[in-house]
Amino acid sequence: MRRSENRRHRIRDKRCRTGAGAASFRPVPASVLSLALRRLLGAVPTLLVLVTLVFFLMRAAPGGPFDRERTLPPQIEARLAAEYRLDQPLWRQYLHYLGRLAHGDLGPSFQYEGFTVGELIGSGAPVSAELGGAALLLALLLGGGLGCAAALARGSAVDRALMLVSMLGISVPNYVTAPLAILLFAVLLNWLPAGGWSAHGMADAVLPVLALALPQIAAIARLTRASLLEVLGAGFIRAARAHGLGEARVLLGHAFKPAALPVLSYLGPAAAGILTGSVVVEQTFGIPGIGRYFVQGALNRDYTLVLGVVLFYGTLIVLFNLLVDLLYGWLDPRALPA
Amino acid sequence: MVLPAQAQSVLRVGNGAEPETLDPHQGQGVSAGNIVRDLYEGLTSQSPSGAVAGGAAERWEVSADGRVYTFHLRPGARWSSGEAVTADDFVAGLRRSADPAAGARYPEILAPIENAEDVSAGRLPPDRLGAVAPDAHTVVIRLAQPTPYFLQVLSHPASFPVYRPNLLRYGREFARPGRLVGNGAYTLVEWAVQSRIVLVRNRNYWDDAHTAIDRVEYYPTEDLASELKRYRAGELDLTSAIPMAQAAWVRRTLGAELHLAPYLGTYFYGFNLARAPFAGNANLRRALSMAVDRELIAGKLLQGAALPAYGLLPPGMPGYPPARPDWADWPASRRIAQARALYAQAGYSDQHPLQVELRFNTSEDNRRIALLVAAMWQQRLGVRTQLVNEEWKVFLQNRRLRSATQAFRVSWIGDYADPMAFARILRSSDGRNDEAYDSPAYDALLAAASAQADAPRRAALFAQAEQRLAADTPILPIFHYLSKHLVKPYVDGWSDNPLDVHYTKDLRLRPH
Repeated sequence: MRRSENRRHRIRDKRCRTGAGAASFRPVPASVLSLALRRLLGAVPTLLVLVTLVFFLMRAAPGGPFDRERTLPPQIEARLAAEYRLDQPLWRQYLHYLGRLAHGDLGPSFQYEGFTVGELIGSGAPVSAELGGAALLLALLLGGGLGCAAALARGSAVDRALMLVSMLGISVPNYVTAPLAILLFAVLLNWLPAGGWSAHGMADAVLPVLALALPQIAAIARLTRASLLEVLGAGFIRAARAHGLGEARVLLGHAFKPAALPVLSYLGPAAAGILTGSVVVEQTFGIPGIGRYFVQGALNRDYTLVLGVVLFYGTLIVLFNLLVDLLYGWLDPRALPA
Repeated sequence: MVLPAQAQSVLRVGNGAEPETLDPHQGQGVSAGNIVRDLYEGLTSQSPSGAVAGGAAERWEVSADGRVYTFHLRPGARWSSGEAVTADDFVAGLRRSADPAAGARYPEILAPIENAEDVSAGRLPPDRLGAVAPDAHTVVIRLAQPTPYFLQVLSHPASFPVYRPNLLRYGREFARPGRLVGNGAYTLVEWAVQSRIVLVRNRNYWDDAHTAIDRVEYYPTEDLASELKRYRAGELDLTSAIPMAQAAWVRRTLGAELHLAPYLGTYFYGFNLARAPFAGNANLRRALSMAVDRELIAGKLLQGAALPAYGLLPPGMPGYPPARPDWADWPASRRIAQARALYAQAGYSDQHPLQVELRFNTSEDNRRIALLVAAMWQQRLGVRTQLVNEEWKVFLQNRRLRSATQAFRVSWIGDYADPMAFARILRSSDGRNDEAYDSPAYDALLAAASAQADAPRRAALFAQAEQRLAADTPILPIFHYLSKHLVKPYVDGWSDNPLDVHYTKDLRLRPH
């Protein structure tokens, strides 16, 4: 037991020669576990506040789920209100919702009769996850790659062109790029489908993933470039070069990790950007993800569906931020709190 | 038996909004109706051109006073499960559809049936509804009043039969794949919400031998611009509509594939008669109405994708030509002069102009129309209009209050091709009457029309009711809708009709 702990200390010690503070000598798993646990526990009140806010904000919006151009007779309206408990005082509806939530029940959808919110999210979330995950991965790989290329060719025409294009990528929103991409690649060139999901296999995913990833590719490329340039100018890189290390070893062995840190901490905002972007992209491409439910749910006053999606998004962002922090700690153990 | 993929005939339909449910008695939207009509069949049906045709009933008799209908079911009619469709299934469907406890959403369409209004209001139990099954093959429906359009009502989803075993087993959640048993030409196999709804041929359908398309895929296409792109990319064979703003371009480039045809719908502005400035000021309302150039709105702004409207009732009602006030055909100068005179009589002038608020639900088309109308009012009468746009549900709620609005946008789509489908919405007792129009004379004319079995006399009563509306001007009609489908040239059997009802079983696909 003790021996293995010692060994772990040694490994850690070797891994972070620069940051030899007392904190970094604590056993890693305990620290990581307690961090994860504290963060997860801390997320519960956050999510509760989120649910409460959304619950009352949705109810403050005028109009109700059963309002249509065609009015319902009063007795049927009353009947529906009673069935969905809308006739009860708001605080009681709120407590009822929390009670159900405690049992993992998100309730029935107001708009899609015969479906529960759990079922709808269950069918939409995997689609959104595929789309968002692919976009994030693409953003990391392509954005990181382009950023490195630009940094290494600093000041060249390639660098300038890449940075100009990335500025465009950041400034042009998805609701412009998505329809343009459809027009070009689906309607005019007929290379890819204009919308839908799974009917055409992988081909379906190309345009939406690109449209969703584009701003993030651009942001990550710029960030990687700036960060790598800064690291490459640092003293320890000059020292490494002075030791006669090859450029590849310098880059991969010494420059990469510190240069990746700012990019990593950008992953939280990037994930949030992809979540909000998916709302637009799913609508434009007709993709059955939860981003679409979110918009439709709010417009239809589908109270339970909106709450369910908000809760899902909230949990996802909390988990993602935690993941980023853990990765950060792995790259730079100083970042892990005592 | 599994057919090779290329032998299957598959129709891919852009269907507008995601249907809220496929339960025939609970759905209200157009998109749900399109699918439900493939899944179920009423006692009657519609021919491709929109005429009443036999459905699950092969023939029927109507009593001399027009109040008792006797339907004889087809001997071969079966549910998709293989069991026979019985008269009791239809009676159970009608009772459920009228029953407030079942949360039915369309009780007004069944209102002509004896006791239907009392059943829907909860004053009588559903089994007192005037529909009975003397034997397994006969349905007898008694009406409260002769209703010339009643056969059309029976092809509406609200009157469809219900497969009781699954209603009992699953309750309101029966309308899902694997549970929904229908008697229509198709049966439900897949429903991925916001993705697609897939139906395949019902081999137990009585007329399956004449059905050509094996599989229908309905895609939700809320965003009409995306729908148009998917159609052009060859991913859809039919669209639900086209974006109004692109009508001229679509007509130029896709000419023969665009089907524009009169559709039973009217777009109008309502005047709130419960408060100033429109309460008790018919001259002002008439002045505003006469100052609007509908030809310009329908022809130029909407690029011919709509018909100018001068009355509430659209064209396309059998035996009823829409009313047209005499001033509709006056030269513009005379019309404007008359509008100015009325405006002055109403107590307004350049020194003391009308300040009015025009409210509409947020949409690009609504905004463009409101801007143009406000410009016409400004230019011709000097009216100062404030445009207010609101999100749909907010807008509906404010309209319903009758205390928040002055002038507001309304659109109304008829459920059957009869003047009553439109005329009723301005009855003083109607729940949709957000104009607060309360005219005993108008109500009396509609009541008289309801009791009238003789078609020409009935039409004359509706004509009088329309004259009443023209005089009182509680609304400002702007345009009548056109149905605006894109249909690929290889789709055979498509026929435009005023209710815009199309059954997949009537369509065929040529090799393409």
